[in-house]
Formats: sequence, structure tokens, C-alpha cells
Amino acid sequence: MSDLLNGQAPAGPEADAGDDVLIRADNIVKYFPVKGNGLVRRTVANVQAVDGVSLTVKRGQTLGLVGETGCGKSTLARCIAGLIPVTSGKVYFEGKDITNLPRRTMQPFRREIQMIFQDPYGSLNPRRRVGAIIGDPFAVHKTATGSERKKAVQELMERVGLNPEHYNRFPAEFSGGQRQRIGVARALALRPKLIICDEPVSALDVSIQAQVLNLLSDLQSEFGLSYLFIAHDLEVVRHVSDAVTVMYLGRVAESGPGNQVYDHSRHPYSTALLSAAPAADPDAAAERQRVLLTGDVPSPIHPPSGCRFHPRCPKAQDLCGTTEPALENKAGDPSTHLTACHFPVEAGEDLARVGRREQS
Amino acid sequence: MSITEVEFQATAVENAPVKSIEGRSQWQLTWRRLRGDKIAIISMVVIIIIVLAALAAPLVASATGHGVYQAFPNNGLTADGAPVGPGVHGFILGTDNTGRDLLVRILYGARISLFVGVFTTLLGAVLGVSVGMIAGYFGGWVDTILARLIDAVLAFPFIVLALALAAVLNPSLWIVVGIIAFFAWAGIARIVRGQTLALKEKEYIEAARSLGAGPWRIMFVDILPNLLGPVLVLATLFIPTAIGVEATLSFLGIGIPPPAPSWGNILNAAQDYYQVDPWFVIFPAAALLITTLAFNLLGDGIRDAMDPRTERIFAGRKTGRRKNGKRGKGLNLDNALLVGEQATMTVDHPVAPGEES
Amino acid sequence: MSLLEVTDLRVSFPTADGIVQAVRGVSFAVERGRTLGIVGESGSGKTVLTQSLLGLTPGGQISGTAVFDGVNLVGLEPKSMQRIRGKDIAVIFQDPLTSLHPLYKVGWQITEMIRAHDKSVSKKQAMERAVELLGHVGIPRPRERVNDYPHQFSGGMRQRVMIAMAISLSPKLIVADEPTTALDATVQAQIIDLLLRLQRESNTALMMITHDLGVVADIADEVMVMYAGRAAEKASKRDIFYQPHHPYTKGLLESIPRSSAAAERLKPITGQPPSLIRLPSGCAFHPRCAYVMDRCLTDQPELVPVAEAGEHRSACWLPAAATGLSDDVEELRRRTVEMGRTDEAAKVAEKIAAAPESEGSVIA
Repeated sequence: MSDLLNGQAPAGPEADAGDDVLIRADNIVKYFPVKGNGLVRRTVANVQAVDGVSLTVKRGQTLGLVGETGCGKSTLARCIAGLIPVTSGKVYFEGKDITNLPRRTMQPFRREIQMIFQDPYGSLNPRRRVGAIIGDPFAVHKTATGSERKKAVQELMERVGLNPEHYNRFPAEFSGGQRQRIGVARALALRPKLIICDEPVSALDVSIQAQVLNLLSDLQSEFGLSYLFIAHDLEVVRHVSDAVTVMYLGRVAESGPGNQVYDHSRHPYSTALLSAAPAADPDAAAERQRVLLTGDVPSPIHPPSGCRFHPRCPKAQDLCGTTEPALENKAGDPSTHLTACHFPVEAGEDLARVGRREQS
Repeated sequence: MSITEVEFQATAVENAPVKSIEGRSQWQLTWRRLRGDKIAIISMVVIIIIVLAALAAPLVASATGHGVYQAFPNNGLTADGAPVGPGVHGFILGTDNTGRDLLVRILYGARISLFVGVFTTLLGAVLGVSVGMIAGYFGGWVDTILARLIDAVLAFPFIVLALALAAVLNPSLWIVVGIIAFFAWAGIARIVRGQTLALKEKEYIEAARSLGAGPWRIMFVDILPNLLGPVLVLATLFIPTAIGVEATLSFLGIGIPPPAPSWGNILNAAQDYYQVDPWFVIFPAAALLITTLAFNLLGDGIRDAMDPRTERIFAGRKTGRRKNGKRGKGLNLDNALLVGEQATMTVDHPVAPGEES
Repeated sequence: MSLLEVTDLRVSFPTADGIVQAVRGVSFAVERGRTLGIVGESGSGKTVLTQSLLGLTPGGQISGTAVFDGVNLVGLEPKSMQRIRGKDIAVIFQDPLTSLHPLYKVGWQITEMIRAHDKSVSKKQAMERAVELLGHVGIPRPRERVNDYPHQFSGGMRQRVMIAMAISLSPKLIVADEPTTALDATVQAQIIDLLLRLQRESNTALMMITHDLGVVADIADEVMVMYAGRAAEKASKRDIFYQPHHPYTKGLLESIPRSSAAAERLKPITGQPPSLIRLPSGCAFHPRCAYVMDRCLTDQPELVPVAEAGEHRSACWLPAAATGLSDDVEELRRRTVEMGRTDEAAKVAEKIAAAPESEGSVIA
């Protein structure tokens, strides 16, 4: 089903060579088995967390990955980071296949791919001093020791806006925003090429969130970093991203350049998601026609047939329930803008009205 | 953790006053709280006195001129051959049934008791932490095998094994140590395994993995420091158990073989004389009781000091320290007002992980 | 008369490390059928404020008055408070799982709620009402779902159950504490829609506590911005968003990423909120304020009107005319600050300007 769906030629690793593609995930599938209660604990079903997702992150750019709880965005990130094995599919880093590598073979790539986590409280070991936490990458990769490491750590702390004198403190002695800076410093230590940010500012207050976002953007231009930026806050993703991929229930609904997806969304789900995002602007909020989706996100154990969005889609027709739409370029869109929908939203179409008619 | 809680913790951290901000480890925080616990401090002083007394045993022996194995049938026993009471003929606590100085015997016995208590606990803790951590971290078939082993050991009838071993081998100090340690590790391993299972899911473990840290590094650098608190509590609480078990085995005649002194075998010898000379029973029994009680109370104190939930810092509303705090869930205001360092220490709660949720 | 009139409310908590001054003299009113949005970040006191009104701050020392429908809620004995809570004032929390009992069916929980406040209702009537309520808040197949346990509902549906419970006794005031924070955007939109509809139908007053300015923009009539336990600014929704006076309000608005300025650099507020145990002198916001002046270091500004018409109030020493986001107003602010700033304030301002991107040290 995959190659057809992606709408992209199933290019081999050589396609990335000399290209500006840093990392490419190709048709990633990740199922988590659901075990039965019996003695043998057979696999009775699969949580289809990620089901055939492809994406690329270009050198020095940011790919935003948006979607709601359970859409598989965090699972996908962990697959790409090599933290959990993929069920099928390939991950290429600078053209090299790094899919499901054993730990030791993966080690050199770990230096290139780092992660920043969502929870500034959970992602730092409460029992270790900040200096040791930020120095961890040096220790693991044996790149600096003793006073050299301490110096490197203090430079990092300074770079991310922390007081280097706080080297000996424990994470609990820092506020949420500062802890997230510690996480950023740790991710930065080995000068990686790609940082996967998993909801890096979701747990922070607005004013602090802006500080961290600015820091990330400064670091990007300073070190030429690429980001895979996962968030549920659409405005945050728009602010940081060059390209955006919208996921729904383990699949890509729509992907393309940021402005294209935000201003000319073609997938009804993207449209609904964008219309639902709260805007800190009362007049805009009053004018906006919300596309209110009905029902809940279905279970990823038994996803709907055909297009996974069809039971909640205001535009759904019979075809949607039977045939899975391919992720492809729709007429009139730039070639990089891909949509997986049989009946994409047309310019000027008021989906909210369609939705209301359906409901009544 | 709900976002509200996160927010509360954030507030709490920001509200922490300057004096509490200098880089302090969990141990310093625990010590600060422990210092305010009178019972724990008294227990600690008592334990220190017992240890000093045990160390001073040879000094007492030479000061009184009564060797530990030295019997004084002439002035150490009554005309009927019964032990003398305290203060008689220079025997401060009296004598035992063969006319040996009871004080010197009890002090030497303290050495055995403390040695067995501490050494078996150490052995059990090292083994238990290793096994529990490996089972919990690796999971899969490793865990299946180790978890079954733990269950099997815990299900083993302890006295039967002790009696059987004593029947086959000659009782000795090392067999006592071996038997106790054999049972000590499993209990610790089971709890450590549970804690490790919970810790393994923490985001910082994932962070370590994403850096490329291997399983051993993660276990020793990231997981172990988080286990030390609960293990310290378990160990402190296991020491009195081990002392009690040693005394029991010795009392039954399958522990420390006489003439080496142990509180258990002194009591064994004393049981025929409790009517003639009750002090012969009371002194070793009191030594045993005071020692085990002190360790237990200290262990409780450390547990409370490590568990932020038992400390209520609303002035004038300090409620049941030892209630092992399950307070109303709902609003979590209590957490809100704990200073940040405490609020994030919940992992430390040295109970089975099931209780946390 | 307002439905709820709070005057000079103060809440503090004595702790081992000092007194936490969570709320420091806040006054506001909630009118029937209107929505007051209370916005603030962590540690602003917004949650403690609302909890203290409901008698949910054990150990807290509360002063001031909060007159609800003729009854002063401050110092009210727990029994009377219990009667009011639920019946006249309903509360919706962020995480419905902590407020719904996991072991009872939701239908049972709603009927209990109804019957606890009105014994004359029969169990059967109450159950009918529960079914009706669940249907009303948009839960499909309510007759079947009354027999489900809370964990059988999704997050959004659970919040709907909470709302059904909250409106079961036709309260006069609904207090919603971050009711949509834990929810996804599309579900959040559904819940806000529902709250707006219910409010229109029943003329209930709503107090919406949130950190999300987007939610406020959607739902509030009046907005109170809180900082370090005090009201920084209080105004109609439009004034807050388009004519902010207080530099903190302005800072909050500017730190939100907006689609209109996607490529621009965000303007965060420097530093971090102060300790509520050791508050800065004068205006609590001064160590983070780009417009800090001499008097900000010594005198605490009161919440005073900044516009002739309407009820726009701000607690800031900047002149009343320094209201809005236009360049002219910015120029006025700049000139005012130049005049009002000498040694001490200049040093503070330098510090703020020198480290625009760092959060500063823990010991601010």
C-alpha cells in the first residue's frame, strides 16, 4: 500500500546523496502488539500507532509535525531517533540507512541526532547535578573529561542562558523554563545536526515559551541545526517551521511548506484543526467560522477503513469509507504540497457550513 | 502528572527562598528533615551508644578483669550453683549460669549482633539491588527468570531451611550470615525491581538512551541514585530483623555456637534460671529489644524524612507524621506549598510502586 | 448588584520557609450572565484565588470579603459553604478524572449530586435528569452512557460529564479552572462552544481561569490579568487585547506566536515570576519590566482607571494615556520612562536590557 500512497518515488538512499536532505523517513510503520490475558499471552491486536509515514527534514530547516493526542507523532519521532525499533520502513540519515541499528553501530549517529523532551520535570534526573546531566553526552561518547568537560558544560550553560555557576545544582532548583534550557544544552553538547523536539514548550508559560523558542531559533542559525519540531500548538509550529506535516491517526493527512498548509489547507482535518486553534485575538475569534468536528478520534487498534478521517469528516462520501486516499499533489498546489484526500477543500469553500448542514 | 501539578511545582520552585537554593542533594534535605524528628535522633544516639559499647567490650573486659570466656565458679555463682545478680562480687550485671560476667558477655554479644545485622544487610542489599535492577531494567526472559527466583526464595520456609542446614553442617557464624543474607536479598530485590520498572519509564532514561548510553551506564548512573533512598530505608529496617533472626537461631541452638557469646544463646542459657535470677534473662533481652527498636524507629524516621508527603509545612497544622500520608487527592494544595525540591521527590517513596498510583 | 463581589481578597500560607503571599488584595465582580476571564501564569495566584472563594484552601489565611448573592463566602463555615458549592456555585476542574469518582457510574454520580442538594427528587427522576443532562452536553447515546464509568469516556467526553454535573443544579455561577488545558485543539473548541451555548441558555455567570489568552479571546466578556497575586489589569476583552496598558499584559500578548508575524522574532518577557515569599519591592513586575521607573521600585501601584469611559483599570505607574499598541503610544511610554528613571531604576533597566534572552538566575 505504501509506495503508492506516499505519492513519492520509492527512492533509495542514493537519492539523498549530494542533496540537502538530512534525514528521510520512508514509509515508517510502528505497531505495538496488544497481548491477550491467556497463559501464552498471544498478540491479539495491534495498536497501529504509525502506519506508513514518510517525511524528510532538510539541512538547516525545521519540519513541524502537528496532530492531536494519539496521532502517532511522538512515536514517529522516537522511531526516527532510533529509540524504539520500527515495525517496517526505513530511516536514512545523510543517505545512510540507520533503521533498527544495534546500539554500538548506532553510536556515531546518536551524536548527530539529539532529542529535547516535553516534560522539563521528567526529562532531567532529579538525583543528578546539572553539570553531570549536561556533561552526560561527553561522558557517554568519551569526548571530554575532567576540567575540559566542566569547561565545555559551562560554556553550554552560558550559551543557553543559564548561569554557569549553577553547575552544581540539582534540577529541582530550577524553574520550568530553565530546566528546558538544561535539556537544550544537553541536546546541543555533541553539536548534532538534527534535534528532534518533542513538544519542547508545551509545559511552559507563554512568556517563558517565547524565550525558549527564540533560543531554539538562535541556535539553529548559529549551528546550522535542523529541527523536527513536534507540537500540538499550531501557532508555535507555524512560527518555527519551514515545512509542516499534519498527522491523523497514524497517517499523514497533509504536508507541505508552512504557509501553504496554514493558509491553503486542503485536507478537511487540517482545516478543522486550524479553525479550532485558539487565537489570541477577539475579533478574529468572533469572525472565524469553526469547523466543529463531531465525535472522538477512533481507536488506533481498530482504525476506520479507507480514509481514517472519514467518520468525522464533513465532506465524506462513500468512496472515503472504502478506498484509502493517496498522499499526492493536488491540482493547483505547489509540487511540495501533498494531501491525502479524495475530496480536498477548495479555495473559498466554507467547511463550517458543510459541517453544520451535515449535523442538522 | 497533571499540568496543574506541574504548575504548582513550578510555583513552588520559584518560591523557594534563597537559603534553600544552594546545591543540596536529597541526602542533605533528608538530613535536614530528620534532624527535626526527636524520636529518630534519640534512636540514632542509642545506636551510636550501642556501637561504642560493643567496640569497648575488650576495655570493659580488662577493666573488670573478667574475660569473655572466663568463668568464675567461686564468686560468680551462688552456693547452689546459680548465677549471681547484678552488683554481686563486682559483677555489674551479674553472671551467667557458668559464672561468667554477664555484662562482658552481652557487650561481646553486641558485636556479633551488630556484625550479623549490618553485614547480612549489606550483602542482601548489594545482591538484591543488583538482581532487582537487572530484572527490572532488562525485562523479558531475564526478568521472568529472576522474578521467579525471587518468588521462590520468598516462598521458602525459613526456619525449615535453617534447621536443615544446621543439621547437615555445624552451626557457625558464617552459616548464620549465609542463611540471613539468602533471605534478605529477595525482599530487597522485589522492591528494587518494582522501582526500576517505574523508573525505566521516566523521560530522563529515554534521554540517556537517546544520548547513546548503554544499559549498564543507565543502570548505574541514572537508576541507582534514585534507588538509594528506598534501599537505605529498607536496609535500616532490615538490620533489626537480621539481629532478631540471629538471636532466634542462636536461641534455638542452630545459630552462633557457644561458648561464643550471642544475645540469642545467652537467652537460651538463661531460660532455666528466670525464676532464680530474672536479671539473667532481662539484661540480654533488653539489649536485644532496645537495639531492634532503635533501628526500627530510625528506619521509620528516615522513611518519613525522605517522603515529602508525610511532611506538612503549614505552620500550626503539622499532622500525623507517621500516618504515611495518603491525603485527599482532589486539589493537591499540599503539594502546592511544599518547596520544590520536596515536591519532586515522590519517586523516593519506599513502598511498592503499586501504591503510588 | 453583582452576583459575586470580591473586595480586597488576600490569601497567604504560612510555611516553614516564610509566608507565601498567594493573593495580595484582589477586587473584582462577576455579573449575572457574563464571563470573567482570569488570566495568569504559574504562580500568579489565579488558582488559589478561586479556590479560596470556594473554601478549598486548607491552611490558608484569608481576609477581605467575597459577597456572593448576599452571602460573604470568606469565613463561611464549611457546612454552609458545602451547600453553596455545587448548588449555587459549580466548579469544573482541569482534570475531570480527579473530580469524578473512578468506581461509580457517571449516572449515579450525577443523581447523587442532584439528590444531595434536593432530597425531594426521587432516584428515578434524578436518573432521568442525568440522562437529559448528558444528552444536553452532547454525549451521544446518553441513556446507555449513564451506566459507564469515568474511565470509559475520552478526555473530552469526561469534561462534558463534568459540565453536565456542574449544570445539574442550575448554578448561578460556574467556576471553570483551566477546563480545556488538557484537551486537544479540536476538542477544546467543542468544549468552549458548549460552555458558550449553556451560558446563553441559562444566563449563568462564568469565571474562566486560564493561562491561555486564546481561550479568553473566545469566551470572556471581561478579563482580569493577574501577576504575582495581584490584578495587573482589568478591562473588557477588546481593551485587554487591543488597548493594553500594563506592560505585563503587553508582554504576554507580544510573546504569543501569531500567524500575522510568523517570521518575526518573538518578544518574550525577560526573567521569571518572583518568589511569592520574597516579593520585589514596589511593583512586583518591576524586575522584568522594560518600562521600569524610579517609583516602580518603591511604590506599589493600585488598580486605577486608565480610560474615561468604561471600566479599564491598570496597576501601573505609566500615564493613563499610555494605552494601546500603536507607535505613538510606544513613544509616549519611552518619553515617560526617560523622565522617570534615574540611578536605581536605570540599573534595573540595564540589567533587563543586557540579558534579554536569559531567564536570569534563580536568585533573581
